[in-house]
Amino acid sequence: MADAAPPSKSRDLDKLLLRPGNLVGPSFEPGVQLRDDLQEYAKVLVVGAGGLGCELLKDLALSGFKNLEVIDMDRIEVTNLNRQFLFRLEDVGKPKAEVAAKRVMERVSGVNIVPHFCRIEDKDIEFYSDFNIIALGLDSIEARSYINAVACSFLEYDSDDNPREETMKPMVDGGTEGFKGHARVIVPGVTPCFECTIWLFPPQVKFPLCTLAETPRNAAHCIEYAHLIKWDEVHSGKAFDPDNPDHMKWVYDEAVKRAELFGIQGVTYSLTQGVVKNIIPAIASTNAIISAACALETLKIASGCSKTLSNYLTYNGVEGLHTKVTEFVKDKDCLVCGPGVLVELDTTVTLQKFIDMLEEHPKLLMSKASITYRGKNLYMQAPPVLEEMTRSNLSLPLYDLMDKVPKDILHVTGTINKDNKKSSGLRKLRVIFKGIDGVTDMDMAGGA
Amino acid sequence: MAEPKTKYDRQLRIWGEQGQAALEKASICLLNCGPTGSETLKNLVLGGVGSITIVDGSKVELGDLGNNFMVDESSLGQSKAKCVCSFLQELNDAVKAKFIEEYPEALIDTNPSFFSQFTLVVATQLVEESMVKLDRICREANVMLIFARSYGLTGLVRISVKEHAVIESKPDHFLDDLRLNNPWPELRGFAEAIDLNVQDPVAHKHIPYVVILVKMADEWIKSHGGSLPSTREEKREFKELLKARMVAMDEDNYKEAIDASFKVFAPRGISSDLQQIIIDSCAEVASNSSDFWVMVAALKEFIANEGGGEAPLEGSIPDMTSSTEHYVNLQKIYQAKSEADFLVIEKRVRNILKKIGRDPNSIPKATIKSFCKNARKLKVCRYRLIEDEYNNPSLPELQKYLTDEDYSIAVGFYILLRAVDRYAANFNSFPGQFDGGMDEDISRLKTTAVGLLNDFGCNGLTLTEDLINEMCRFGAAELHAVAAFIGGIASQEVIKLITKQFVPMSGTYVFNGIDHKSQLLSLY
Ligand SMILES: [Zn+2]
Repeated sequence: MADAAPPSKSRDLDKLLLRPGNLVGPSFEPGVQLRDDLQEYAKVLVVGAGGLGCELLKDLALSGFKNLEVIDMDRIEVTNLNRQFLFRLEDVGKPKAEVAAKRVMERVSGVNIVPHFCRIEDKDIEFYSDFNIIALGLDSIEARSYINAVACSFLEYDSDDNPREETMKPMVDGGTEGFKGHARVIVPGVTPCFECTIWLFPPQVKFPLCTLAETPRNAAHCIEYAHLIKWDEVHSGKAFDPDNPDHMKWVYDEAVKRAELFGIQGVTYSLTQGVVKNIIPAIASTNAIISAACALETLKIASGCSKTLSNYLTYNGVEGLHTKVTEFVKDKDCLVCGPGVLVELDTTVTLQKFIDMLEEHPKLLMSKASITYRGKNLYMQAPPVLEEMTRSNLSLPLYDLMDKVPKDILHVTGTINKDNKKSSGLRKLRVIFKGIDGVTDMDMAGGA
Repeated sequence: MAEPKTKYDRQLRIWGEQGQAALEKASICLLNCGPTGSETLKNLVLGGVGSITIVDGSKVELGDLGNNFMVDESSLGQSKAKCVCSFLQELNDAVKAKFIEEYPEALIDTNPSFFSQFTLVVATQLVEESMVKLDRICREANVMLIFARSYGLTGLVRISVKEHAVIESKPDHFLDDLRLNNPWPELRGFAEAIDLNVQDPVAHKHIPYVVILVKMADEWIKSHGGSLPSTREEKREFKELLKARMVAMDEDNYKEAIDASFKVFAPRGISSDLQQIIIDSCAEVASNSSDFWVMVAALKEFIANEGGGEAPLEGSIPDMTSSTEHYVNLQKIYQAKSEADFLVIEKRVRNILKKIGRDPNSIPKATIKSFCKNARKLKVCRYRLIEDEYNNPSLPELQKYLTDEDYSIAVGFYILLRAVDRYAANFNSFPGQFDGGMDEDISRLKTTAVGLLNDFGCNGLTLTEDLINEMCRFGAAELHAVAAFIGGIASQEVIKLITKQFVPMSGTYVFNGIDHKSQLLSLY
């Protein structure tokens, strides 16, 4: 007998969540309970409220999730309006996270979205541990790298160096450029993390300064000359601000002059903006495709209602339509999702000495480090109140600060100086204190 | 700067003012505005299409609130087309948005001429019978058509257009047109005037690689009986010769020359893709030929005559290590040749137009110029009628897909998406659409799907029980995330069709939401 189900907002989703299936995740337990738990307990953080973030919030709100939060430090600009569909012309200048959260809540009743108008680094690590899944809608490698390190920092390994499932913080990550994009699932300890496959995002090639200064050949060379060389020559000390239209106009005018001097064509205002701000072309459709794939994977991870993407989907719509799934493998020596960088210390080493060591450590190269131990701040560089509160710890032995535990995990955040480039980073360290009986015994036993 | 242009800045960088103008002129009709249709239109409205007309006869129900962002509590009981239309209008007031509260199936049956007013029709969530009818109507009226359907964790997108010719295909990676294997006299002359043995080390490392390769290839030809390096050994030897000319380790121009030496070895003449286009029967033009084919006819003449087997020169060169002076002069030489080729083709186009009884100036200069610049990258896409594909799918292809592991789920879904429509025609509901009686639905769907495969002469056992079960579990659900994905793809293809830039997909795209191993099936 076929019965019409009573009207429900969950009409379509119920088919997937309430009915048993054959091609599903191992943990799938279909039923009303699953649907209700998804609504009540599942918490998803959306990082970024731009082209992908707006779509993600809508998609997740209509995929059975009721507890969402969104974090973004940007304000709405006119150039966002061709794709960031939650924003209107009158919203220009307002924080993206706040407007996006409000708009989705207005339209999808019962959904609660908490906006955070701040930098991702402004939140402490505990903030991130609160979510079941983190969905990334970002356009920068640095930000992805940071969130990835945070999510991986929760991962703990057992004594056999196997990752512990209950400490895994899954992420879904999307990215687009023009008609191309990717969506991926990251389960720290199981799939490669962002850092394991960092080679997928090669750094941008910069023009050599000598080309700009001596042998410019195209419009971009002239623009970068005006932007990187001429600006400093003329405006001693005044920093160039890409968001200041007067600054941009100046660079454009200088670039035009230089192009004329060398007989080079093609300098336009639009190209000047594109080169100086490194503008990535973006359209609504690609963002919609990639976000939808990410939202679907989020639903599958949270409910088990189908298999999950394993683990990297690329989309290319330039010539025809190509989608491809690649199963990348973990880098077992990864500093971020591995068991952590091993540091052996004497029990007498003070926190200050330890922080100094991090700067020299070849695998870390981290300056201005802040240190947390099991959620407790041992030393914080900022804000000033916290710095003052934790300053007295600097002279104490780390061993004492770690409650005289012979072997444990520490989290350090700070500035990583790699290849002459500075970036914010977070690292997990496995600290072992030398000369403690327990450890020696254990290691002996393990080695025997 | 005016607001509208700023708003579109990020997409203008992809399809330019011309592409945007084409979008703003387009009028789009959407059939059915569930989430699949609504999301397709949303992406187009944001991009600034000229006008949209939404056709949907249904009222908003509670279930729609759970999968469609364009309706909310206040829409309950109202026309879905009206609610979706008013939300979309809010997104972009430059778009003319209207709606018609009517079921698409009814329009297809009673008012086929309705569709001829549109540039393009986006038909969502239609069953096979309506798809086939609409396809005939649009093909007859020369209206572009795209089908999109979401069904549980699967779905499809299929374009149906008689012919779509692309001049600006804008491929990501395409070999530049330097003619190092076939330099023309001016390029050779330019290279000859530059001394590779110049004493000044700064000058030596700023000779562009194009010059190095032209000269070295010339030298090689003289000592090898008039032919370029062709065997592996000869190619290696040629690279060694280049290396030997370096006077310092940091000579980037020589490194670039070694890396680019394959351009010297490349075969002369046009690609097989372009060959296919110029031998197409459409290149035999008549008075009713499209501008595109008139230009192809001119191109064909050019290749056979002035071109000496080559297409017109593109005229642009990539950046390379060089002094500014050499580079700018080199650019001028390429541009001059490109301009000369264009003038020849333009003349041929005008002559052909005259010959077929058309206004010789009816094709604008700029169009011919763009055609010449992109001559090596032309694309012609043709789509079979849905009816033909459905009645006579290419059997060898189908068999190949059914036995290929990478394709098995996608082709399974393709068959099952058709089977559910047959099922619905017989039983008045989709399998699993209502709770209860699932086992019966599964066995009926299986019988239907096997029958379908047998009709093609395929073995039905290749469809797995698991997939049939899943299809019944889906119960025709339109999940928001799947609809947003399918709608995103559909809108992307619409943009390519309207702007006539980039290459639209061929075949049928079958979405596989289980593990994302979706596939493009070419069943013709
Ligand atoms: Zn890793």
